[in-house]
Amino acid sequence: MRLDTVRQIETPEGVVLELRVAGPWTRGLALAIDQVVRSMVLSVAAGPLAFLGEAGMGMLLLLAFLMEWLYPVVFELRFGGATPGKTAMGLAVVMADGTPVTPAASLLRNLLRFADLLPMGFLLGLLTMSFDRSFRRLGDLAAGTVVVHRERLRPVGALPEARPLAVPAALLPEEQRAIIAFATRTSTWSPERAQELASTVPTLAGSPPGEAVRRLHGMARWLQGDRG
Amino acid sequence: MREDRFVQVHQAEWAALAATLDGLDGQKGPAGRPPGDPAALPAALRRISQQLSLARHRGYTPALVQRLHELAMRGHLRLYRPRLDLAQRLRDLVSVEIPQAVRREGWLVLLGHLLFYGPLLAVFVVIRLDPSAVGLVLDPLTVLTLEAMYDPAGEHFLREREVDSDLLMFGFYIWNNVGIGFRTFASGAALGLGPVFFLAYNGVHIGAVASHLHNVGMGGTLSAFVVGHGSFELTAIVLSGAAGARLGLGLLAPGPYSRGEALRRSALRALPIVQGAGLMLVAAAVVEAFWSSSSTVPDPLKYAVGAALWLLVYAWLLLGGRRAHR
Repeated sequence: MRLDTVRQIETPEGVVLELRVAGPWTRGLALAIDQVVRSMVLSVAAGPLAFLGEAGMGMLLLLAFLMEWLYPVVFELRFGGATPGKTAMGLAVVMADGTPVTPAASLLRNLLRFADLLPMGFLLGLLTMSFDRSFRRLGDLAAGTVVVHRERLRPVGALPEARPLAVPAALLPEEQRAIIAFATRTSTWSPERAQELASTVPTLAGSPPGEAVRRLHGMARWLQGDRG
Repeated sequence: MREDRFVQVHQAEWAALAATLDGLDGQKGPAGRPPGDPAALPAALRRISQQLSLARHRGYTPALVQRLHELAMRGHLRLYRPRLDLAQRLRDLVSVEIPQAVRREGWLVLLGHLLFYGPLLAVFVVIRLDPSAVGLVLDPLTVLTLEAMYDPAGEHFLREREVDSDLLMFGFYIWNNVGIGFRTFASGAALGLGPVFFLAYNGVHIGAVASHLHNVGMGGTLSAFVVGHGSFELTAIVLSGAAGARLGLGLLAPGPYSRGEALRRSALRALPIVQGAGLMLVAAAVVEAFWSSSSTVPDPLKYAVGAALWLLVYAWLLLGGRRAHR
């Protein structure tokens, strides 16, 4: 059983797309940013409205209402499923099938945030999230939505330069993928770490420094069809 | 096919799709870039999906797979985005969906009415018969505040309120009342049938207030004040409670579905009812702030308009959207 947070969805075009669902911590930070934005908007508006006396106070209450209930809905529907806090954290709300969040779903999940807040400090929401494999709070369950990380992954590098080297044995597809993944990610590690990882391959253990890494790079190129 | 050859063959196509998506999204890219052609999107998305599958199957580098996945995901989000025409949505809601959704939950809405107006009437009668019983429901300070508010000789009944104060009260009614309606609904997902029982609590409170004011001879000012916006406000409170109970019922009695699925289905049924309650509470805020509180409108006119509004609200909920075929 896979324990990661990647959810696979099959699209009508017959391909599997991957959604990486976001956990409570990232979402909590996004919520905190949104709270800051809300209170800043209210305090900025409070200044000029104070000059309007009671009418200004009425408008401020109206704004407080909009900030509490409609701010997330408007942003989720207008700006690719993300409030400013979610944008800052690289998150977005999508439907369970990976399509953009619908108006009804956005309204529901944001109305039901109050239920997730009960009895205090988002307790019910956290509880629901911790029992759900997609970290959905009550509002998400009712609306059929999930909060996901946007695609912007760390860019993966191209294969490093190396002399192609025939793979000495028939490898399973996962093994081939592991070698290619190793090669593309080598630049993100220290040479010592790369050597250490490379020498976990039994046939490469004990080879001179740098040699195991070079040979894996060569095999990766070979697997990619590079015959030199 | 080798990966670099695969990239060479399809490179231009991917760049074109990226440009189309940029153009359709209309945010990125330099100004003056031609807008994307929406008609090209479905075919392009099918092709990129097939290429992504191929790239995965052939074990091409993660970098390439990731690049294709990103394009396919963007195309997916673009093609399957919902269209929202706000004015049309609002027309559909008011003319068809709200009344139909209310009638579909007819039993819960009826239960809500009984739990709200039943205790309200009972407490009203009891306190009319025994005025001292008001102490069981309201504390003395509340009673004093009420008497000051509805005293016909009170200052604010003698002169017309400033427009400024009307706006203040309007903002307050929206912020407070619509918020209460939404929270009542939402609490159903946490408290099951809780929302309909809040109605009983509200009924007792409102019954006690009305009864006490009648006992001290201020019933006239109260009735003239509430008759107008009460049509929207009291009905909306009952509807919020019923919608919340619908959510709770989904969790308590999921029927053939998992509880999660039952909650989702209940939420979709309840949503138009809450939207209706929200719209009615906004209408109530307008009436309450700018009409009910006016001291220049004679009471008989307030009663006549109030009666018309009550009729209108129930005619809408009972008869609205009956001829629509869905």
